Amino acid sequence: MVNQILTIKNLTKIYGDNIIFQDIDLAVNEGDTIVIIGPSGTGKSTLLRCINLLTKPNGGQIWLDNEEITREDVNEDKVRQHIGMVFQNFLLFSHLTALDNVKLGLVKVKKMDKAAAELKAFQELERVGLSDRAHHFPGQLSGGQQQRVAIARALAMDPRIMLFDEPTSALDPELIGEVLEVMRNLSLAGMTMVVVTHEMGFAREVADRIVFMEKGSIVEQGSPDDLFNRPKFQRTREFLWKITELYGKKEQEK
Amino acid sequence: MDLSKFIQYIASGTSYTLGVTLIALPSGLILGLIFAIIYVYGGKIAARLMNIYSTIMRGIPPIVLLFILYFIMSGNINLSPFWAGSISLGIISSAYQMEIIRGAILSVSGGQMIAALAIGMSRMQAIRYIVLPQTLRLAIPPWSNEAAIVIKDSSLVYALGVPEILRRAQLISASTQQPFLAYTTAALIYFALVLMTNTLLGRLEKSLRIPANP
Repeated sequence: MVNQILTIKNLTKIYGDNIIFQDIDLAVNEGDTIVIIGPSGTGKSTLLRCINLLTKPNGGQIWLDNEEITREDVNEDKVRQHIGMVFQNFLLFSHLTALDNVKLGLVKVKKMDKAAAELKAFQELERVGLSDRAHHFPGQLSGGQQQRVAIARALAMDPRIMLFDEPTSALDPELIGEVLEVMRNLSLAGMTMVVVTHEMGFAREVADRIVFMEKGSIVEQGSPDDLFNRPKFQRTREFLWKITELYGKKEQEK
Repeated sequence: MDLSKFIQYIASGTSYTLGVTLIALPSGLILGLIFAIIYVYGGKIAARLMNIYSTIMRGIPPIVLLFILYFIMSGNINLSPFWAGSISLGIISSAYQMEIIRGAILSVSGGQMIAALAIGMSRMQAIRYIVLPQTLRLAIPPWSNEAAIVIKDSSLVYALGVPEILRRAQLISASTQQPFLAYTTAALIYFALVLMTNTLLGRLEKSLRIPANP
């Protein structure tokens, strides 16, 4: 019996007259890696932000571990402790070393004692291959390293689910691989993940399910094999063709 | 009167000048910090109130405000001119320091707050552990400018009769008929104080700089 970690029903987000997305339904099982793809401006990032309550949806409900987190009286800070988030532009705390970036949440949010927190932070850095950079500041790290520290920071909180918002879009091409590698290992280790990305190679290889969003709604979803080889809709086919063409060319140039 | 006694008389006001500064500057910092946080994070009404406070305080000459605040205070509580003057200057400075800190808060990227919330911190924790440490670093250069202004403005309490540097220069100039010497001595002492303060703050800025690759 698989355990459903995240359930989204009829989620709607509107800015002014602008409907970002409407009536989104999505279910994520424990251990699954869901990859959300689609043209930019279709509300993929906003959807992730709604899931960890950084943005308030206008309608619909979200459940995390069978507990509704869109209730009015929910403790948002508590909810966010259980949801890890990785951002496009890393957003490391720029005045803290890599180690302190990972450690801070453990000490201040989880109230761990300093020695235990330091040990755990170090282990998390080891997990993303950066224990030798523990005492470097973000400004002294490459983009790929910064993003790996950001992943370690999120993982340190022992989240139930990890959200990735275009984690490689701000990286130079040669740095993308190291971040995807960390994410691949995480997925293999059984972490539940929702990933917004344009990396079709990653989607194809790692995703349990690919969700194609366009113009604020989910067009179709299915296994990578189904979506890439037997898409139901012309729109899906066109998007995949376009993006594979674009990124395929890049890959050949490498 | 020989020269060394002349200078010594004026220089002995330095303790008052320093005293006024060391009360006014930190109290202005604490108030300014609290007001800046309320301004930025306190919602629309609080921001409006802080803006009014800032506009009024910065729109009136400090000497006029000093008299107003002094007479409010000495009318209600029994405070010596030294304390009343120092606290008044602190209140005046708080408006300027609020603007300095507000500017620094706004130049910390908004993403830092979002990242802090994303690991489960409350807004207060995010402000305290993430936003403020970066803010205060950014605020040091403009703040050292304000520190110089407060040192110099401490001379305004001469008008309340506090025997600080300027007051003493004025007294000795009147009794010896040597205004040039008296005021030049005062000027040099103020200048030395400002120079030392700026040097110290420059060092502080350097030692707190966050390491980064060029």
